[in-house]
Amino acid sequence: MSSTVKSSGNVNQLGLAMADYKGARSTLCAGCGHDAISSQISRTFFEMGVNPYRVAKMSGIGCSSKTPAYFLGRSHGFNSVHGRMPSVATGAVVANRNLICLGVSGDGDTASIGLGQFCHMLRRNIPMVYVLENNGVYGLTKGQFSATSEMGARLRGGAVNDLPAIDICKLAIEMGCSYVARSFAADPRQVVPLLKGALSHNGTAVIDILSPCVTFNDHDESSRSYSWGKEHEELLHQIDFIPHFEQLPEIDYAEGEMQQVELHDGSVIQLRKVEKDYDPTNNAHAFKMLRETREAHEFLTGLIYIDPSASSFIDRLNLVDDPLALLDEKQLRPGPEVLDQLMEEFM
Amino acid sequence: MSIVKEQTPAPTADGSEVGEIVNEFSIQVATVNGSGSQSANNVLMRAIFHMGVPVSGKNLFPSNIAGLPTWFTIRASAKGFIGRKKEIDILVAMNRQTVRQDVESVEPGGIVLYEEKLKASQFRDDLIYFPIPFSALAREIVEDSRLRKLVTNMVYVGSLAEVLGIPMAQVRRGIEDWFKKKPKAVQLNVRAAELGSEYVAENFQRDSRFRLRQMDKTKGKIIIDGNSASAMGCLFAGVSVLTWYPITPSSSMAETLASYLNRFRIDPETGKATYAVVQAEDELAAIGMTLGAGWAGARAMTTTSGPGISLMAEFAGFGYFAEIPCVIFDVQRVGPSTGLPTRTSQGDIFSLYFLSHGDTRHLVLLPANMTECFDMAWQAFDLAEEFQQPVFVASDLDLGMNNWMADPFEYPQGKLNRGKVLDKEELERIGEFARYKDIEGDGIPCRTLPGTEHPLAAYFTRGSGHDESAAYTESPEAYTRLMDRLSRKHETAKTRIPQPVVELPQGAEIGVIAFGSTHWAIEESLLQLKREYATELGYLRVRALPLTGHVKEFVERYDRVYVVEQNRDGQLAGLIRMEIPENAGRILKILHYDGLPIDARFVTDQIADAEGLEKE
Ligand SMILES: Cc1ncc(C[n+]2csc(CCOP(=O)(O)OP(=O)(O)O)c2C)c(N)n1
Ligand code: SF4
Ligand SMILES: [Mg+2]
Repeated sequence: MSSTVKSSGNVNQLGLAMADYKGARSTLCAGCGHDAISSQISRTFFEMGVNPYRVAKMSGIGCSSKTPAYFLGRSHGFNSVHGRMPSVATGAVVANRNLICLGVSGDGDTASIGLGQFCHMLRRNIPMVYVLENNGVYGLTKGQFSATSEMGARLRGGAVNDLPAIDICKLAIEMGCSYVARSFAADPRQVVPLLKGALSHNGTAVIDILSPCVTFNDHDESSRSYSWGKEHEELLHQIDFIPHFEQLPEIDYAEGEMQQVELHDGSVIQLRKVEKDYDPTNNAHAFKMLRETREAHEFLTGLIYIDPSASSFIDRLNLVDDPLALLDEKQLRPGPEVLDQLMEEFM
Repeated sequence: MSIVKEQTPAPTADGSEVGEIVNEFSIQVATVNGSGSQSANNVLMRAIFHMGVPVSGKNLFPSNIAGLPTWFTIRASAKGFIGRKKEIDILVAMNRQTVRQDVESVEPGGIVLYEEKLKASQFRDDLIYFPIPFSALAREIVEDSRLRKLVTNMVYVGSLAEVLGIPMAQVRRGIEDWFKKKPKAVQLNVRAAELGSEYVAENFQRDSRFRLRQMDKTKGKIIIDGNSASAMGCLFAGVSVLTWYPITPSSSMAETLASYLNRFRIDPETGKATYAVVQAEDELAAIGMTLGAGWAGARAMTTTSGPGISLMAEFAGFGYFAEIPCVIFDVQRVGPSTGLPTRTSQGDIFSLYFLSHGDTRHLVLLPANMTECFDMAWQAFDLAEEFQQPVFVASDLDLGMNNWMADPFEYPQGKLNRGKVLDKEELERIGEFARYKDIEGDGIPCRTLPGTEHPLAAYFTRGSGHDESAAYTESPEAYTRLMDRLSRKHETAKTRIPQPVVELPQGAEIGVIAFGSTHWAIEESLLQLKREYATELGYLRVRALPLTGHVKEFVERYDRVYVVEQNRDGQLAGLIRMEIPENAGRILKILHYDGLPIDARFVTDQIADAEGLEKE
């Protein structure tokens, strides 16, 4: 169950319709996981009543990175260069701290060419939602293995991956990321609340989403296929997201059945226990769980780690409240007396 | 030439003597890197500056933190020549490793002050020697061995002051300037300088060959390095996002700018910053952040040198195609990796102009002096936002890290030029928006900033494949239109960038073209050629790329035009030949590429030789 925003008819609290959160027609292959995620993004932003004019959609290069054209058509988008979206996003949010930044990347874009920038984005804790559309291959260059592919994975043509996978969630926690989640493109009931939580977080929120490439990596043996995902997905917990503008529902849960995490903007994530005991605010737990599930070839999804008290890069820069990009000449260019003073120092 | 031996300086007569050289010579100080000689050399330079004598200081340093040889050259020039002078008249020898080589480099009849223990006088007998126990003198006032090393340097400043006639008051002023807020350090260093000066007064008769005398040629002038000048230009450009990755010789620009921003760009009411400085993880990230910030509407910049420029190539092309303003400072140095990263060069001209893949041509500003380092820095931001593209400012190590005299900078005229940015009200008024449409015929489209609250504002930014409304396309026609519009924009830019400075003396038959720091050698060489060979030359100094029609006009005036630059292959000459192939045959190259700043004598000799000129 994910919460919906109270809206009159088919518009949200800004008076915008779902259609206002859609983008151009997708040119991806029919059935591509990335398209499913695009719809979930549209829905999330619609339900959260996010002002699309404040959103900056950032991406690198790949099929996944093309998708920002296919949602939030009223928002500015930036399809940058391969693997370097984090730096562009950093510059954009530093220049305008009011932007709501959403990054979309692929596993090639993030885990290979962009690994360095990905790590440094996390280290800085750039305020943005970072969606990794993970299909285990390079879709756009026609199906080569990516660095998140499992060791021993086999492509339809017979090629075998003989290198170990990089676990993006584990890496993210190691790099100090304070919101780390894993999900499945075919599970909108989970993707949407995770995206909402990410939007309410202060800092980089990484969501690693299994997003099958129907053209190059969706055969039955592939651990990045729809069928594998459906068979293996195990929920860490049931997630409910209650936005800050809504009342918390009053339901009694038995002790230990439910954990509430209050997010930076006052919204709350409710995690209802499924089978295992799992506390996503405990980073040692998170590491242990990620290691064990990898060894057991399990596909556990949910909110893996969260530290709602993290401070972001923007907090640390001690910036004025107004966006740097909008400061006027008087705020930007010191007066002639400053030049005189400096000239004096060099005489 | 009188040969004067150790301990027996030439007797001096009073008054202005025959052979006396006043305010026109060069001093070289040879020390070990990391010995703290920088303070001493700066004090010396400033003392001369305060005497009213035009002066410049060049630091020739190794790529090393401590231990390798380093040299500092001070040139005093009553005539105002502050480029490099290769000939060394006065040597201060402090480094055992290089003492022989140092002594051999002095002009016959020159002066050598040296640490007594180095026995410098054994190598030549046509110089005037002053053996001085610098470190022993320093020991008299400092116990601590580390501190003593630093103070030893100030002893030679005092000794040299006595030999050349720099009043102690000026040395004191130089010391006070340098150690501004540390009264203890001032006291100690003044004492050290006095010791050096007293030792010379007591032990030697004054040599009169080289003298410094008070003049008034530095009154109201400043002495500054190009990186500080550019940093100041950026401050007054209103830069609000600085990203950088450390690399010599550009680091000091970013660091100086960061300190200016911290002093002058904190909102007094809230104590909050109206700027952000981000030390990036590498140059790819530095330019990525700069483009992101420029796209979002901030005045954004990054500083680097050649290796960083190479890493920025992909993004530079992206910025050109997606039309995003930002400013990139390249303080040029010699080629790749280790070896000569602390030596100067003008070798990035090709790579800057064409940086990227595909058809790309950038705007490149080429400052030659301190005033231009300042002016072009703020102008670059106006051009970047006016033309919506990355603008490069290419200085070099010689300009950037050495000390040059200049007139005080003038406050930028006019308002910041923020370019064609449509805000909410404007969009409402116009009622339509197509990001890449050329409305005014100048090739420059309008842009909106993310965050603009208007249904028309949004557009999608990407590399090469976009039509006028920024929609994705692979249409051959749309791409050709885009490329042609970008060419049109480039043509418009030719009318807005800094134009060449041209001198056309009457009767000149040959011409010279140069840019950047080479200017100083050219200016002095032109006078040498006139004085020594009675030959006058036309001179055009390129101040920006693209090249404009002025260059063609200039070349067509002369039978032969020498393009003088500090790289091996003649990169500017290559660009000129490419632009005006019909005149390619007239373009000849004079190239200096040993890592040291070019000097006037080199240019004069090359031109005289090539032209077969006879001395008057
Ligand atoms: C510098 C550079 N190198 C290589 C490429 C070619 N390239 C385009 S997309 C891509 C891989 C994309 O893979 P991924 O990020 O996983 O995205 P997907 O297509 O799978 O969604 C590559 C290697 C490029 N565009 N730029
Ligand atoms: S190639 Fe794969 S990743 Fe790319 S659009 Fe097709 S299905 Fe999606
Ligand atoms: Mg992929």
